[in-house]
Amino acid sequence: MGNLDGSTQRVISLKLDFPNDQIIEKSNDGYKRKTMIKINNLHANIEGKEILKGLSLEVKAGEIHAIMGPNGAGKSTLASILAGRQEYEVTEGSVDFDGADLLEMDTEVRAREGLFLAFQYPVEIPGVSNVNFLRTAINETREHKKEDPISAKDFMAMVREKSALVELDPKLASRSVNEGFSGGEKKRNEIFQMAMLNPKLAILDETDSGLDIDALRIVANGVNTLKSDKNATIVITHYQRLLDYIIPDFVHVLYDGKIVKTGTKELALELEEKGYDWIKAELAN
Amino acid sequence: MSMIAENKKEFISRLSKTSISIPEELKSLAEATLEKTDLPTTRNEHWKYTRVAKLSKIDFKNSDGNVQNIEDFIIDPTKATFVFVNGHYSTELSSTEIPEGVTVELLSDSGIKSSIIKNEGEVFNALNTTHLIDGASITIANKAQIETPIQVIHILDGNEQLSNFKTVINAGAFSKANIVEGFFATEGSEKSFANVTAEIKVGANAFLTIDKVQFENEASFHISTEQVEQDKDSTFTINTITLNGGLVRNNLNVDVIGENCTTHLNGAYILKGKQHVDNHSIMDHKVPNCESHELYKGVMDENSTAVFNGKVYVRKDAQKINAFQSNRNVLLSDSAAVNSKPELEIYADDVKCSHGSTTGQLDDDAIFYLRARGLSRRAATQLLVSAFITEVIDHIENENVRAFTFNLLKNRYGWDVTPEDFH
Repeated sequence: MGNLDGSTQRVISLKLDFPNDQIIEKSNDGYKRKTMIKINNLHANIEGKEILKGLSLEVKAGEIHAIMGPNGAGKSTLASILAGRQEYEVTEGSVDFDGADLLEMDTEVRAREGLFLAFQYPVEIPGVSNVNFLRTAINETREHKKEDPISAKDFMAMVREKSALVELDPKLASRSVNEGFSGGEKKRNEIFQMAMLNPKLAILDETDSGLDIDALRIVANGVNTLKSDKNATIVITHYQRLLDYIIPDFVHVLYDGKIVKTGTKELALELEEKGYDWIKAELAN
Repeated sequence: MSMIAENKKEFISRLSKTSISIPEELKSLAEATLEKTDLPTTRNEHWKYTRVAKLSKIDFKNSDGNVQNIEDFIIDPTKATFVFVNGHYSTELSSTEIPEGVTVELLSDSGIKSSIIKNEGEVFNALNTTHLIDGASITIANKAQIETPIQVIHILDGNEQLSNFKTVINAGAFSKANIVEGFFATEGSEKSFANVTAEIKVGANAFLTIDKVQFENEASFHISTEQVEQDKDSTFTINTITLNGGLVRNNLNVDVIGENCTTHLNGAYILKGKQHVDNHSIMDHKVPNCESHELYKGVMDENSTAVFNGKVYVRKDAQKINAFQSNRNVLLSDSAAVNSKPELEIYADDVKCSHGSTTGQLDDDAIFYLRARGLSRRAATQLLVSAFITEVIDHIENENVRAFTFNLLKNRYGWDVTPEDFH
């Protein structure tokens, strides 16, 4: 802690001195964290090929979980299934999302119930303005919760506040969705949308891929600012680097369609250093 | 009494010949065409995808109709609004505060002195000539800058009505004007047919914009031919918005005969039910140093069908032409269809021309993305379709026409889109 080099990295990693499990211990005085999502023995196919082979994972409110794993392990498949992509067929298992059966819900209902997927490859949608579609999204979510539509004034104030959070030019916020955005702008736009929609559970699918260190810090800062004891985050990544900025409570290794190892942030460092072969070897024994 | 080709006998036997003064030569040419020419069949390349045979089975008549209220048909609140019902001018429904620099005459008063419309071999044009009911002749004086749009509204009213209707537009040198045309049908009018021609001359250095909105009904027929002649240094724009009509065929022919001209042809067609809309255009660059931009976009739902046939000619020695043409279509249902045929014929060697045609469905990834943010499939579809078509509608400078169009989209298709959302 004596290292006062002033970098964002150091400041954020100071949080390491207050790991979440301490807070959980404090919750002995009656406050119990609720389970945000519970995935149990999930099996899923695409075009007849089994990708997920009995994946289980439980994430509680206030927690950040990182999922790492080699290419083809099923990381993005998991994100797609949780968001409701139709191409995948769930053959076995269950997903409970804050007390409800997630797999029974349509994609938009999942979103309105508070599940957010930051896309690995955000889609460009020419002619549809970011703010226009977000206002529709927010109002459809409010209608779902039997709330009144947001006023134009409140909405614009929110756009200003949340776009500042991810240092997204408000002009970009009102341009066509992702059209002509750089890679970094697209990812910042994902976090901007996440901030606007204020989800209970955010899944970041390789949000760090292709980002330079400045963009990564901005994205991580956005995620950290939005974090509260009422929401949870699943970070899917290839690289340990992101986890210097978004400090996970748990790191899981997804391999061959299952979570094969769970640890703390140190596990990510070990994976970064040694790759995945040692895990494969461990499994073989 | 002349003989009329077999398949047209029925169809026009109850109609009277025009009472409008037309040069004898033109009249006899049109009559000869009508005598000799059958209604086109799908064996005719220009009518390959559009069947007009059912017209021949209708025993058409013509009356001046009974329209009381035109509230729904007013596109622009301009006080220079000329209303025709089944081709007949209605004094009661029109308002004639004509801005200075504009002359509007009824063809029944002015007669027709000459014509640039092709009558030979073109049976619908010939029929329009021989059986013309009435129409408007609009003249913009040289140098007149007309701020107020001039509006011509044509309404089909009643069953099995055939209206042969015509507009003549002369935009003088250095003038600037906006003409709004609306084609409508009253509720419940069945099997009525608007057979329309327009002759448009754009003078030297003139700016003329025509906004044409077609909103007849699913049981109506509409065939129109616009013949445009552009003199040097002029800019001509036509925005054709087709939102309702059982069978619609638009022939848009632009001859650019003076250098340094700019032409914009924009079209949007949004169809459902069993509608059929066919846009044929010929952009003819006869002289050098001109540019043309053609953008037609369509959205077809349910069992509707569309045709786009766009031809661009660049004649020999018409160098330094920039001609761009694009036709893009979205099919919202498995039983909707489009036939798109862009054509370029270039006889000059120093030109920049492009054409393209795309037909597809909405991007599934985009729909998923929007749904993953909480939009229903319906809202996501509406947003994508609106964005797609708005590219064309945004070309319309007249805000009233834009707003009217968005309002029609809301009423007919349930798209709650306001133009402001896109700016």
